[in-house]
Amino acid sequence: MIAEFGQISLILALILAALLATVPLWGAYRNNQAMMNLAPSLVVGHFVFLLAAFVSLATLFVRHDFTVVNVAINSNLLLPWYYRLVATWGSHEGSLLMWMLILGSWMLAVALLSRRVLPNYFMARVLAVMGMISVGFLLFTILTSNPFDRILPGPADGQDLNPLLQDWAMIIHPPMLYMGYVGMSVAFAFAIAGLLSGRMQRDWVRWSRPWTLGAWAFLSAGIMLGSWWAYYELGWGGWWFWDPVENASFIPWLIATALIHAQAVTEKRGAFPAWTILLSIAAFSTVLLGTFIVRSGVLTSVHAFAVDPERGVFILSYMVLVTGAALALYAVRAPRVMTGQGFGYVSRESTLLVNNVFMTVAAGMVILGTLYPLLIDLMGWGQISVGPPYFSVMFILMMIPIVALMPLGPFTRWGQDDIKRVVSPLTVSFIAAIVAGTAIAALLGALNVRAISGWIGGLWLILGALTFLWHQKKAARRLRLTGGQTGMILAHAGVGVFVIGVAMVESMTYERTVRFAPGDTREVAGYNWHLEEIASVKGKNWIAEEGRFVVYRGDREITRLNPQQRLYHRGQQVMTQVALRPGFTRDLYIAMGEPLSDGTGAWSIRIQIHPFVRWIWFGAFMVTLGALTAASDKRYWKPYRATDESPAGSEGAQPA
Amino acid sequence: MTPTRKKRLTIVGAVILSVGAATAVALTALQDNLTFFVSPSDVYAQTMPDDRHLRLGGLVAEGSVSRDPQSMEVSFSVTDGAHTIPVTFIGLLPTLFREGQGVIAHGRLDNGVFHAREVLARHDETYMPNEVARALDAAGTPHQVSMPGTETKSSYNY
Repeated sequence: MIAEFGQISLILALILAALLATVPLWGAYRNNQAMMNLAPSLVVGHFVFLLAAFVSLATLFVRHDFTVVNVAINSNLLLPWYYRLVATWGSHEGSLLMWMLILGSWMLAVALLSRRVLPNYFMARVLAVMGMISVGFLLFTILTSNPFDRILPGPADGQDLNPLLQDWAMIIHPPMLYMGYVGMSVAFAFAIAGLLSGRMQRDWVRWSRPWTLGAWAFLSAGIMLGSWWAYYELGWGGWWFWDPVENASFIPWLIATALIHAQAVTEKRGAFPAWTILLSIAAFSTVLLGTFIVRSGVLTSVHAFAVDPERGVFILSYMVLVTGAALALYAVRAPRVMTGQGFGYVSRESTLLVNNVFMTVAAGMVILGTLYPLLIDLMGWGQISVGPPYFSVMFILMMIPIVALMPLGPFTRWGQDDIKRVVSPLTVSFIAAIVAGTAIAALLGALNVRAISGWIGGLWLILGALTFLWHQKKAARRLRLTGGQTGMILAHAGVGVFVIGVAMVESMTYERTVRFAPGDTREVAGYNWHLEEIASVKGKNWIAEEGRFVVYRGDREITRLNPQQRLYHRGQQVMTQVALRPGFTRDLYIAMGEPLSDGTGAWSIRIQIHPFVRWIWFGAFMVTLGALTAASDKRYWKPYRATDESPAGSEGAQPA
Repeated sequence: MTPTRKKRLTIVGAVILSVGAATAVALTALQDNLTFFVSPSDVYAQTMPDDRHLRLGGLVAEGSVSRDPQSMEVSFSVTDGAHTIPVTFIGLLPTLFREGQGVIAHGRLDNGVFHAREVLARHDETYMPNEVARALDAAGTPHQVSMPGTETKSSYNY
């Protein structure tokens, strides 16, 4: 019964979404208040039914209802309850359901939080556009990926949740990432609503900014969690692989990074509004592109979902439809919209333009490297893949000007500025970054180009952000920063921390594979590693061989590390469970290889030292926090006063 | 031309120029980093340049795996039924690396020996890499595959 209840909820949500996509839009066109006011109620209903469907699926998992295909494939009797809950969104179908629940939550959030901020007609249009998006995804789910499909009679026991996913980071990583992905639809909806609203006021950009920043923050956090999870769960010790699925999340991130900076210009100065609209459309389109890459089965990746051409075709058509419709509307409306203000070569606008050029070019280059092999394969020209060096080289190339210019941005005035005035307050930071960066790299014994330039670049960003803080304090007697400024300082400094982490990890990671028999002590990377024993241990749904290592620095015991080689009962899958000791300046990282067949009970063991790897995620965390702080800036949340402008829709806005 | 237009032209010109330059660099970098997928038969059929980075795919030949206890170097052979290529590798083999199973090795060919920098195996009991299945088909070797379409076990996403 629960499955059927979930199924019916989904269909009801679809009906409400269809109403939402049409009625308020018509109301905004006819200036009919009653129809416009219907939007928030429809959004609440839509959310409630999606929640009901999601809770139904979760209940089916927790209650072991193996007559539901999705449960039978992704869960079994031995799986602990919390992983059964995670399994709800561990499969393609379930994760789509979560995707829609999050879309519903964003819509609810817009309806509630922007209630006072947005005028009626604008709110109606934003929610209607999001309703259209929801219709597409609900149809996709119901037609191609129904999570509630039954098999009768059901099996006595299910299969298993992929052991890689049996981990707590998996509990929060997908929701975070989806919050970011789906959040891009909010920025998209605001841009479309802006285009629909006849003449374009600068206001819609201000209304859109906190939502874009919020979505971007979640996207950053989601990517960061994925990187962290890959680091300790996959057992290879890498933090980023330029895997197509990682790229699928990174492309929208780059576009959205350009977008949040472009929005600043359009909001404050009215300059390049068309570009801002295009980026809003592009951000959501690349989310759909990513969805296509991941879910169509066009690639073989460790992350790929099961192949189903039908799904691929559906998503591709959906993407073409959404992007095409948005661009067509843009083509019709944009010429009326554009009233940009001019600016000089040295101006805040220029610095943000540089940011935008490099961010979008970087996104283009990631798209190229990700899609090129697919294209070649499609054409039957052979099977190729693009090596990570392509991405690393190109990406670093793109980021050099960004890192170099980033601290200058906040010091530059809008409109027109003088280069000397901009540069002078940063001279000290610049020299300090070069001297201290080189000195620190030398002290750490990291005298290579990448590490030295990483330290210099990172310190330049951190010191630049601090200098800005100091100047603000000097200018006003009491330091009073807006949320936007605090967020910017935090995020820019976070990029600095991130850059240092990346440079150190990429240039100084140490790795060695060694033979260990019980009782052996070996010196690796300046530490003494002692293997006490190899024990058999038992978990709830697995058994494992566990290496009991003690690590000494000289004679002092630093830590005990117990890496495992796990065998999961169901499906007989073997998994390497690494052990690691995190630290401020380095991680000790150890993984079990395989037993050696020389009769001594020895194993091959891999030891890695990852210097400053925590800085990567901490930097990304600062960026996330900065974006959330900026989103909370008071000026975005000022109640809307009807006298600010004439009611819209009057200039012949048409329903899309 | 008015000064504003001139300025606008300069900016647009600069943007086009830098985007063009970036594209040129990107395409060059792409060419240098393309990794071709080859089967042992491909290696025999054509002379591969030694410095090219390749992905070699096939089955691990039965009884071919050995590990040097001192250097920890592993050697094994990859076969597609028609031809066999010896492979060397230093490091940890993936947990699902088995004789007779599908495998993909990344690395370079040197005098007929493939030096792998990375070895990937299927990641659960039903999965065979797409490329390997196709290469085996091409060499006419029967193999038991459930193509990704029939297995959902390996399916997950983040």
